[in-house]
Amino acid sequence: MRSYLPDFDLQVPDSLGNALALLTQGPRQYRPFAGGTDLMVLLNAGLLPAARFLDLSRCQELRGIQETSTHLSFGALTTFTELRDCKAVHQHFPNLVKSARLTGALAIQNRGTLGGNIANASPAADTPPSLLAYGTEVELISLRGTRCVAYEAFHQGYKKMDLAPDELLHRIIIPKPLGRTFHFYRKVGTRQAQAISKICLAACARIENGTVAEFRVGLGAVAPVPARAWNAEAVILGKPLEALPIEEAQLALLADISPIDDIRSSAHYRRVVSQKVLGQMLRELSQSSF
Amino acid sequence: MADLALTLNVNGTSHTVRVHPLARLLDILREDLELTGTKEGCGEGECGACSILMNGQVVNSCLIPAAQAQGAEIITVEGLAEGAKLSPLQAAFLTHNAAQCGFCTPGMLIAAQDLLNRCPNPDESQVRDGLSGNLCRCTGYVKILDAVKVAAQEGSPR
Repeated sequence: MRSYLPDFDLQVPDSLGNALALLTQGPRQYRPFAGGTDLMVLLNAGLLPAARFLDLSRCQELRGIQETSTHLSFGALTTFTELRDCKAVHQHFPNLVKSARLTGALAIQNRGTLGGNIANASPAADTPPSLLAYGTEVELISLRGTRCVAYEAFHQGYKKMDLAPDELLHRIIIPKPLGRTFHFYRKVGTRQAQAISKICLAACARIENGTVAEFRVGLGAVAPVPARAWNAEAVILGKPLEALPIEEAQLALLADISPIDDIRSSAHYRRVVSQKVLGQMLRELSQSSF
Repeated sequence: MADLALTLNVNGTSHTVRVHPLARLLDILREDLELTGTKEGCGEGECGACSILMNGQVVNSCLIPAAQAQGAEIITVEGLAEGAKLSPLQAAFLTHNAAQCGFCTPGMLIAAQDLLNRCPNPDESQVRDGLSGNLCRCTGYVKILDAVKVAAQEGSPR
């Protein structure tokens, strides 16, 4: 059954300042509305609680990809298509291109946004593992000012974020990997397009003198939040490429994830496949030529 | 809350309708403008039956709220032909029997038109990628892929 539209309100502020001002107005808080590719699905299915929404699409301050010598900074409304089409993203963050390309299909990628993918806070979203693998920071903005939060600390629990009711996600800031780097992204779903992940895994490693000098792994759909593989990373960090303790890392990974049985997969499948994809990634890493 | 006065250009004609700002663009096209070529399949952005071109990009019209379509240029399947003259894609769908029940066809044509606009000479994987958001429940995909490839080879953007 569809939602009854007169129960809903949608304001369309024409600037970020006006959007932030509306967010301070009670009594019922406005909820941000970006590309609509998640919220419209719930609305169409009658599953969206009646609420006041704030359409951000006219806030030009939330758009655009900016490049500095050390970072790329993405406005929260950057679409998946813009990620796919940006040369600097291909050069520095190939995992982000892959995750954008594997989110929905083209019609979704033309509307869905990076900020929406983060703030919708689905643990199965496909760009967050890539953001975790690249050591991302998010910049939050309100009328009180701006603050930066490490993305790995942003999700605090299932759909709980370090985001105050009057704050908006402003920019997503990612440092360019330095030196010799290895990138890996794999999504496991029922089909290539339109599938929601059973599991996905992104990794980025920096190699120095034949050893793993820096290493981050992000996983989706295996925990209440997008998850860093802290334990598996610790096993690999500092090890020489020709002698990576792959099986030990696969065992350690079990302490990083807490998958559940749901409509798309089982906890058992997710544990086994996460370990196997981690193993595939580590074998590719060990065979990479640096 | 107050309705929105939504102005759209659809297939070259300007329209203004009064709608709720969260009304689906799909319903506005089908019910307010009586352009019923665009179909509703899943209503959740999964099947592509409601595909249209909005400001030159393929989108699922079931996921577009009216407020985000303000001032947009829309092409629906009704806008592909010029009068009685089918577009090269439509003609290729016809000669290759690319429509079985026909319900996915408007969305397939729009997604394929979007592909050829961006990429006039697609290879097999580009055609598959371009149509990956469109489901055919008759599963007649091979004929659809053939029709798109032939239309591309005959090489007229529209």
